[in-house]
Amino acid sequence: MLYKRRDFIRISGITAAGSLMIPSLLQSCKGSSLSGNFSTYLDHFEVTPELLKKVIHAAMSKGGDYADLYFEHTLNNYSNLEDGKVNQASSNVAYGVGIRVLKGDQTGYAFTEIITPEAMMKAANTAASIANDTGKAIVENINEYTAPNLYPVVTSWEDTSVKDKIPFLERVNEKIFGLDTKVTKVNASIGDTTSYILFYNSEGLLACDYRPLVYLNATCVMEKDGRIENFGVSRSARMGSEFLTNDMVDTLAKDAVEKTNLQFEAGKPKAGEMEVVMSPGESGILLHEAIGHAFEADFNRKKTSIFSDKLNKKVAENFITIVDDGTLPSNRGSLNFDDEGNPVENTMIVKDGILTSYLHDRISATYYNVKPTGNGRRQSFRYIPVPRMRCTRMENGPHKKEEIIESVKNGIYVDSFSNGQVNIGAGDFTFFVKAGYVIENGKLTKPIKDINIIGNGPQALADISMAADDTRLSDSTWTCGKAGQSVPVTMGLPTVKIKKLVVGGINA
Amino acid sequence: MNTQEKYTLAEQVIAHALKSGAQQVSVSIEESRSNNIEIRDQQIDRLTESNRNSLSVNLYVDKKYSSNSTNRLKKDELFKFVDEAIAATRYLAEDVYRMLPDPSLYYKGGGSDLNVFDSSIEAIETTTKIDLAKSVLDEAFNKDERIISVSSFYSDSLSNRVLVTSNGFKGDSARTNISLYATVAIKSDKGRPSDYWFESALFFDKLKKTDIGKKALERTLKKIGPEKISSGKYPMILENLVAANLLSPVYNSLSGNAIYQKQSFLAGKKDQPIASKVMTIFDDPTIPSGPGSRHFDGEGLAVIRRPIVEEGVLRSYYIDTYYGKKLGMDPTSGSSTNVVFKLGDRDMEGMVKSLKKGILVTGFNGGNCNGSTGDFSYGIEGYLIENGSIIHPVNEMNITGNMTQIWNNLVEAGNDIIEGNSNRIPSLMIDNVDFSGI
Repeated sequence: MLYKRRDFIRISGITAAGSLMIPSLLQSCKGSSLSGNFSTYLDHFEVTPELLKKVIHAAMSKGGDYADLYFEHTLNNYSNLEDGKVNQASSNVAYGVGIRVLKGDQTGYAFTEIITPEAMMKAANTAASIANDTGKAIVENINEYTAPNLYPVVTSWEDTSVKDKIPFLERVNEKIFGLDTKVTKVNASIGDTTSYILFYNSEGLLACDYRPLVYLNATCVMEKDGRIENFGVSRSARMGSEFLTNDMVDTLAKDAVEKTNLQFEAGKPKAGEMEVVMSPGESGILLHEAIGHAFEADFNRKKTSIFSDKLNKKVAENFITIVDDGTLPSNRGSLNFDDEGNPVENTMIVKDGILTSYLHDRISATYYNVKPTGNGRRQSFRYIPVPRMRCTRMENGPHKKEEIIESVKNGIYVDSFSNGQVNIGAGDFTFFVKAGYVIENGKLTKPIKDINIIGNGPQALADISMAADDTRLSDSTWTCGKAGQSVPVTMGLPTVKIKKLVVGGINA
Repeated sequence: MNTQEKYTLAEQVIAHALKSGAQQVSVSIEESRSNNIEIRDQQIDRLTESNRNSLSVNLYVDKKYSSNSTNRLKKDELFKFVDEAIAATRYLAEDVYRMLPDPSLYYKGGGSDLNVFDSSIEAIETTTKIDLAKSVLDEAFNKDERIISVSSFYSDSLSNRVLVTSNGFKGDSARTNISLYATVAIKSDKGRPSDYWFESALFFDKLKKTDIGKKALERTLKKIGPEKISSGKYPMILENLVAANLLSPVYNSLSGNAIYQKQSFLAGKKDQPIASKVMTIFDDPTIPSGPGSRHFDGEGLAVIRRPIVEEGVLRSYYIDTYYGKKLGMDPTSGSSTNVVFKLGDRDMEGMVKSLKKGILVTGFNGGNCNGSTGDFSYGIEGYLIENGSIIHPVNEMNITGNMTQIWNNLVEAGNDIIEGNSNRIPSLMIDNVDFSGI
């Protein structure tokens, strides 16, 4: 997983950005025409506007169409409670610049973890070699791009000591143990990340971003009559340490205990095809797996997605509208601008049942001759950006939750998930159900757990026959993996019914 | 940084940490380089080069512990980084189980050359790499009118690492890997199936460089026209390529961490039967040129060949120093090396020929396993087998059950491992598996 190793270096009141780790040796930005925030970021990475241009020149020197520089300084902290004590912590610092050159849809890429003119020029020359021609002109003017800040921070993680996190982890432990005598173990952890991003490209665009991210996880283990069950819950946001509140901890603890308890009652359903009702919230995993990945335009540009020939066609019932939204305040999936310097938007992907847009990065937007949708994302400066989801969610539908459940004779209702996957070309997608219920004659009956559900993307989308008016976002810690890169995402869904999916289970 | 420079820096960081208040310290410095070339439809799609460095420092301060890593390797900055980390570690709760390993368990040197490093790969020209990737692609490109896309990949990597601890361990290791990979997508009436094939080796000269694109295309064409079949209990043949996927929940449950957290269905099962007699697995770090071969683990502990499961009886867990102390068990090394499954007499095709009716599983799609209980459910794809022949591809089906039950139903292990893989697991035949379909 992405966030295993942490950093907690700033614990003694040192607050200035990078002042501890990265001495600002260069003063050359001072007095340049750049506005304050940009100068700070340039100083942070010890670069000047002249150097940025020089490196871009080198990147474009063999005839590339486009080049960009992605500077990143990321600090991670992780602290963990086990056996009632916060006795484990870790930290990680990652620092470097990725240099990318595009020639048509071809990509040259190199990065360096040492930001010196020599190292950057060497990486730029490596990336440049994707092209084999004479150099092209670059835009000499620097255009400062300032996006609205979707994740203002009250107290930064750099101003938050591990000492400040301990009481919250201890509270998770106390609350969970206090709620049920069957509890035998609690694990709880807080992971926070702070990233400084500086972006510059051959079009002269200069942008900078400060990206906070945090999660709180809790796993509850219970024993009853010799049986052991566990359940994990989490919350995540792009926030500073104001994220941690007693109220949030208390609801998380309650959630963990209730869901672990249900596991003792739960069994496996009968195997086979049946109607599936998905609860509001994290059932949005359906959208992420069944259609979201297949809408990512790299797969469609290469014609390998099952949705490659479905643009502007009817793919779902008229009442279905689905968006991929990067603009939700403080949301785990949001970005002020994407990792290619493009504005992030709320992209309509299915409007009234019609497939209206793929999710684009710069290469695919050029290929399809459309505006980029702000979906170009990367795990870090060490990776090439590719089209990725942000928060994928469905708008409200016309039905009521009660009528949806009542309409099912034999089926299941699912409401907690751990993971999912999709096979882009075949369209087969899966999600793993941690908790749900059997539906018999319109009523929720026996609890179920630990079963996989599999379906086919276009078919499942067309088979959504009802959607309620109760759409909700999941604020759990979802991380999406694609081509070896992990990025934070979120999802949302109202209660929906799918006519038919294959449910894992037992054969009589 | 060469190996000696890494040792010097590691020792300087340890000396600084001890001076600043740590009682024990371990430092590892790792450097890795890789080159990747992707060709798509006869054009270079991506050229990427990666050079990474990182230093990790584990600090034991007044019975408190933290682990920290950074890729900023200037000495002065590292010293400040360590000082800050020590200060933060002091805020944590005491943990009497945190300490460096017993020095008597460390690897002391003198082991034979494992033959896992190819010094020639740095001299391979980029044009040679591109030509190789192109030749892989050409085996499939334009070879069938239904092809939508063919991609091929060349990838090489080199990594080296030193580990130094304040109680006497000092060791370094280095390894290389080279691989070629192809993936083919085709258009059909039902979806756009794709499949892949790859070869990998630690030495450039040992790498098989042909029949990669060809196999990827063959595998893809076989997948045209999949059908679900009726839910039911069927025998399953599991292709060697994906056999490790089904074994991974067993491996997760063998770790000291999972046992301690009560998230292991194998806790308390040592020397008890956990599978049928067909299952015998050794962990063998000594295989010459084995991708998982090593003399010592991440803590510096010497590793040896040892039985994990013998004729279905669980013999050993994967226990690191920390969880060993917490569980009152001797450390065995916390991670696997080469996983060596005892082989049977015939390959997958032989097993298929003997099967009256069942399903050959060649791929997994999602799913998970509850570590506490061993209950699992996975999406699968593969082929329906009847009277010893492949009838048609199947997809959109699940298998569901319990790990203990499914491994007790293991009836046969094949003789067909994949060379160049640290998981030396053959194709497997398992009876009475719950499939869900129509």
